[in-house]
Amino acid sequence: MSTEHTRLLLSGNHAVSYAVKLARPNVMPVYPITPQTPILEKITEFHAGGEMTGEIMTMESEHSVMAAAITASLTGVRVFTATASQGLLLMHEMLHYAAGARAPIVMANVNRTLGSPWGFWPDQTDSLAQRDVGWIQYYCENGQESHDTTLQAFRVAEQVLLPVMVVHEAFYVSHAMEAVDIVSQQQVDAYLPPFNPPHRLDPQIGESWGNTVSQTMFQNHRRDMGEAMERVLEVGKQADRELQELVGRGYGILEQYRCEGAEFIIATMGSMTGTVRDVVDELRAAGVSIGLLKIRLFRPFPVADLREALVGVPKVMVLDRNFAPGTGGVLFQELKAALYGLAGAPEIHGYLAGVGGTNISPSAIKEMVQCAMGENPSVNSVWKG
Amino acid sequence: MSYQIDEQKIFNSGHAACPGCSEALAIRFIINTLGSDAIAVVPPSCIAIISGPQPLSSMRIPVYQTTLEASAASAAGIKRALLSKGNDHTNVVAIAGDGGTYDIGFQALSAAAERNEDIIYICLDNEGYMNTGSQKSSATPSRAYTTSTPAGKLTPKKNMAAIMAAHNIPYMATATTGYPDDLARKVARAMKIKGGLRFIVVLTPCLTGWGIPDNAGPKVSRLAVESGVFPLYEVENGQSYTLNYGPKGLPVADYVTRQKRYRHLSAEDIEFIQKEVDQNWERLQVKF
Repeated sequence: MSTEHTRLLLSGNHAVSYAVKLARPNVMPVYPITPQTPILEKITEFHAGGEMTGEIMTMESEHSVMAAAITASLTGVRVFTATASQGLLLMHEMLHYAAGARAPIVMANVNRTLGSPWGFWPDQTDSLAQRDVGWIQYYCENGQESHDTTLQAFRVAEQVLLPVMVVHEAFYVSHAMEAVDIVSQQQVDAYLPPFNPPHRLDPQIGESWGNTVSQTMFQNHRRDMGEAMERVLEVGKQADRELQELVGRGYGILEQYRCEGAEFIIATMGSMTGTVRDVVDELRAAGVSIGLLKIRLFRPFPVADLREALVGVPKVMVLDRNFAPGTGGVLFQELKAALYGLAGAPEIHGYLAGVGGTNISPSAIKEMVQCAMGENPSVNSVWKG
Repeated sequence: MSYQIDEQKIFNSGHAACPGCSEALAIRFIINTLGSDAIAVVPPSCIAIISGPQPLSSMRIPVYQTTLEASAASAAGIKRALLSKGNDHTNVVAIAGDGGTYDIGFQALSAAAERNEDIIYICLDNEGYMNTGSQKSSATPSRAYTTSTPAGKLTPKKNMAAIMAAHNIPYMATATTGYPDDLARKVARAMKIKGGLRFIVVLTPCLTGWGIPDNAGPKVSRLAVESGVFPLYEVENGQSYTLNYGPKGLPVADYVTRQKRYRHLSAEDIEFIQKEVDQNWERLQVKF
């Protein structure tokens, strides 16, 4: 097999599908939902054309998708699925179940507004509302990152035995066409050895899963899950480094862009980081001491890395493309909690920007920067955009 | 119709079922007929209580406990994963109650039938949510008392056998614990017919929920058949109907008066149930 690079013009969704094909999953339960559908369509097309093997299951709901994904995974095979928005929420019960079962499923979620009222717009509230279900979460900036992150996700999931959600936003990433470097099959086969867990549903082994446990067994199991999550911080960095050694592209679990000596840092996730990157370049050129902190790994939340990245920085502005009524922007809340008690912690301004998929232009971000520089931070998230 | 039951010792004694429980009896004939090359899926229910708790198990096969609505999807996931590894021999069986089948699990079951997943799905039907203390399900029959229908249920039982037969699956059968040889034969038949979803609904009288003595399960089960309340039959591919045990002309009064869940019935109520049973049998018998 060739190790030559293939560069294709792909949507963010199809960039994920190509990575899935390379990862050679055995079982893929699927259910359509806008704007995820192109991921599953490309996979079924690969499958019908003989480029992929394994079992495609065309389920009747996302709930059943996740139910089948969990048991397939526990039978000892690699499993992939994809969803969005209402579909992710219908899965909610089974998301907890998957993590509890330590099933290393990889799932793409395309961020889309939640009803009601109805919408199809990029908004990260759907996946952020699943922050406590025990899934690892990566937020991707563009199709290339989604492609590479999907491969990393299998690697991380199977090492720590926790499921991984690879997240990118509706349309801005899912349907935007960009040049994507496809990792070669030979490289992926070296990076992702066949999944062969010692514990699995197998009559030859006779192990069971899911029945009633005592309070102490339950507590111990949750503690084990927490320890596995802690390991992700190191395993995730390693998976990123090792893919970088193979293909030359790495992202880190956080990215500090032009943060050296910065007096003002914009922290955000997903597609917004691309816009902020341009704003930072422009303002740096104008002599403003500013940088971007991109949170790529949101679960586990990399608290120690964030404290290290932000200690001594005077001001941080968080841009949240999500909204939790009653508490505001989720990244704003989490970042404040992560920095609590840190000597030399920055002032944090939390701005709700892009909720419901509203467009946040570079000039809008520059106005927000100016605003944050000139005022004291509010304890609550402030509506912008 | 005589059938020699071939039992393997897969289901152990010492489980947590009530003494005289019909479900435990049903599980015995199902699991011991399926044998060691099997994986079971159970939802939260008395079946899960009987199979657990971790790290103990009453079954010498892997048992996966899923959520209440997901038995068919969970079983299908196991089967597809096994197929992807080249294993086409292990039987995957879902064993769920009527709440997990007629109600909350129906969507996943109907879809698995439509996809014709190569699994065996067995519903242990005790006509209500008995694990939570006897609440009404859509399998609860007309006029029966449950704690959520204290005045008696006003609507008839959902005809799950007819609904599953209408999916044109390879095999659909009704069975009950008063006829253990017939139940075991049907499980063996389901195992033999591979390549699609096989469904068996097993009427399992619940001692506490129905209000019957500890030793009355098999007797009440037989009365359900003999009075025409629950005829035993098989349907292959949605069209080939075979009657195994039909009504013997017993009035339904002989069946309902033995159960405390019916003790509030008036003579008119019993007449109403008799008419419903007669009508159901008229509709069914033309198919044989």
